[in-house]
Amino acid sequence: MIDWKDKREFWIAGARVADPESGRLRAGSVCVQKGIITEVAWQRVTGTELPVLEADGYVLAPGFVDIHTHLREPGNEEKETIKTGTAAAVAGGYTSIVCMANTDPVIDKPSVVEFILRETERSGSCRVFVTAALTRGLEGEIINEYGFLKEAGAIALSDDGNYVTNSQVMRSALEYARFLDLPVISHCEDPFLSGGTHMNEGYSSTRLGMRGSPAAAEEIAVARDIRLSQLTGSRLHIAHISTAGSVDLVKRAKKSSIPVTAEVTPHHLTMEDTLLESYDTSLKTNPPLRGRKDIDALCAGLGDGTIDCIATDHAPHNVIDKEVEFDLAPPGMIGLETAFALLNTRLVQTGTIELIDLIRLLTSNPARVLGLPGGRIVKGEKADLALLDPEAKWVVEAGNLRSKSRNTPLVGTELTGRVEGVFLEGKWINVVP
Amino acid sequence: MQFNRKHLITLEELTADEIGLILDTAGSFKEVLERPIKKVPALRGTTICNLFYEPSTRTRLSFELAEKRLSADTINFSKATSSVTKGESLRDTAENIEAMKVDIVVMRHGSSGAHKFLSQYLDVSIVNAGDGQHAHPTQALLDMLTLKQRWGTLEGKRVTIIGDIMHSRVARSNIWGLTKMGAEVTVCGPPTMMPPEVENLGVGGIKVEYDLRKAVEGADALNILRVQLERQKNRLFPSMQEYCEIFGVTDEALDAAPLECIVMHPGPMNRGVEISQEVADGDRSVILEQVTNGVAVRMAVLFLIAGGKIDESELQ
Repeated sequence: MIDWKDKREFWIAGARVADPESGRLRAGSVCVQKGIITEVAWQRVTGTELPVLEADGYVLAPGFVDIHTHLREPGNEEKETIKTGTAAAVAGGYTSIVCMANTDPVIDKPSVVEFILRETERSGSCRVFVTAALTRGLEGEIINEYGFLKEAGAIALSDDGNYVTNSQVMRSALEYARFLDLPVISHCEDPFLSGGTHMNEGYSSTRLGMRGSPAAAEEIAVARDIRLSQLTGSRLHIAHISTAGSVDLVKRAKKSSIPVTAEVTPHHLTMEDTLLESYDTSLKTNPPLRGRKDIDALCAGLGDGTIDCIATDHAPHNVIDKEVEFDLAPPGMIGLETAFALLNTRLVQTGTIELIDLIRLLTSNPARVLGLPGGRIVKGEKADLALLDPEAKWVVEAGNLRSKSRNTPLVGTELTGRVEGVFLEGKWINVVP
Repeated sequence: MQFNRKHLITLEELTADEIGLILDTAGSFKEVLERPIKKVPALRGTTICNLFYEPSTRTRLSFELAEKRLSADTINFSKATSSVTKGESLRDTAENIEAMKVDIVVMRHGSSGAHKFLSQYLDVSIVNAGDGQHAHPTQALLDMLTLKQRWGTLEGKRVTIIGDIMHSRVARSNIWGLTKMGAEVTVCGPPTMMPPEVENLGVGGIKVEYDLRKAVEGADALNILRVQLERQKNRLFPSMQEYCEIFGVTDEALDAAPLECIVMHPGPMNRGVEISQEVADGDRSVILEQVTNGVAVRMAVLFLIAGGKIDESELQ
């Protein structure tokens, strides 16, 4: 147990410091004073009068930034609350998260934005940024008062969970959002093609006797929104892309300088649709887990910069909702507490990507996508940091999860890479019990 | 050979030897069914619950009869008259039934994977009487018994399954069972009812044929699936009339089949839709034989699941 509480001015020394922007990951020291990074030295600090926190063997990274979290509050506090969701975030190394708008009531009024920010102030363990709904009630028909929502604190707009099927509404939303400089996050799914489906369409769906959603259901939607982004010149961020075809569409859009960015979830990078033979409802997600060639394309997309960042789509559901027949279960899995360890285990340890790349995909890149602060270790930034042990092994146990929900297929799985704790504005929060 | 499975959920997970054992055991029980007194004491003291979440005539009656022929105690559950209508979950329902000290649960359920899901929570044996679009192992076993009794073997025989393959648990179970036993399977139906990569199902894969005439040519047996009229709202084909014309099995369509080719149907039939009146009642039809075999196959499955070994003395 590390006890660094109450220290307000100190050096952290001995750790390998990760600076995603320069790509450096090597021994260094970081000075924190009153919550601000006041110095970064690429050597071990000597001769200081400030206390030195010895962090040998660890990696000191910027605090992670999750731009796709479902906090469920208000309305579904039995699944997650701002308190438990932010605690889960901290346990996963996150110091900033962006919550989605599909709460009850929907975040389509300034008062709901204000409620979330106030509640975060009261009970949250990390920073929370708010995505407001693109259309009233997420119904895809009437665009919301983006001006008022922005004034209340919203930093992005999304109907996540629903696709805005009416192209004219989406065009208006993008145009209107542009003048307020708010990025639009699109959940790309043609609901006519995906309606009534429970998994990816392919050999596994045929074998398991379930209706599958074809990759085209996502790709058609991605293609339309890219065209609308081109038409309007508005910033478009594509949530949780999951197919090889979507990666290709985004790659070509970027080549044409269309202002599009994309995220991918940890589960879409590491879990194949063949796993569904267990009919384990914690593996039911939307978009569904895809096939091997999609996973390979997603990994390649991370490597070549087509995909900008990794976002969890942390989607808590309680046992009563998930402990049912597969076709009756709601989609979604929690991810905040396991994202780093899962990706470190399955992508870094296997040589698919480097540790510094993973850190970049969890920090500076997502921050840049939505224009958020943080994600960097440079002088003058707020000291939001994560202390990682990339070699530590641990087993995911349901009872140790901070999230109010347990819907992850990783329970019982051994992962490599642990978050020891985070500094939130220089204040140490211990994670490992 | 000993049958060591606790559950029967799919044929995909069984070996050819295990399927062979079920069919042989069913053959012995079929003889029992020909006797004046059609009852054996094999499962005396065993309690079986028939848990039917979906409507069924043949499968339900067939299981119940098989249980009675084996002298088991049976209780029945149907969704419409149960606490499911009050919102009780599948897990709770099944655990309550188990708490009444039932030995085997025979279940039909509309959700694919429902049996696999329940098997995590129950200690009792689970026999699948149909789950969603996934599997219907006893139907495939009775189809295979019917074919085996006709030919003596399934090895190298050609079976064509016609109709809505996508939504059919009967098709999936037949594909796994037949290919494991060395038969060749062809599926035929409109492309909108053909699931992706269906050709890779089964051991060594199967053939897909959209032309009914070609699918029937050289077939030793046809297994004609019911057109699920309730699915027509999805518009998987333009009209009943066109379906009948292109995929309906009539005497004329059977002209392309060898003389010895037999015709099966898992029921319930839509006469005049997927199968004509003449074919359903014709010389090639073994549809009622299938129903008789259904009882024998279910006796065999329950007997083996309950841990029985075939011993001629038990059949007395």
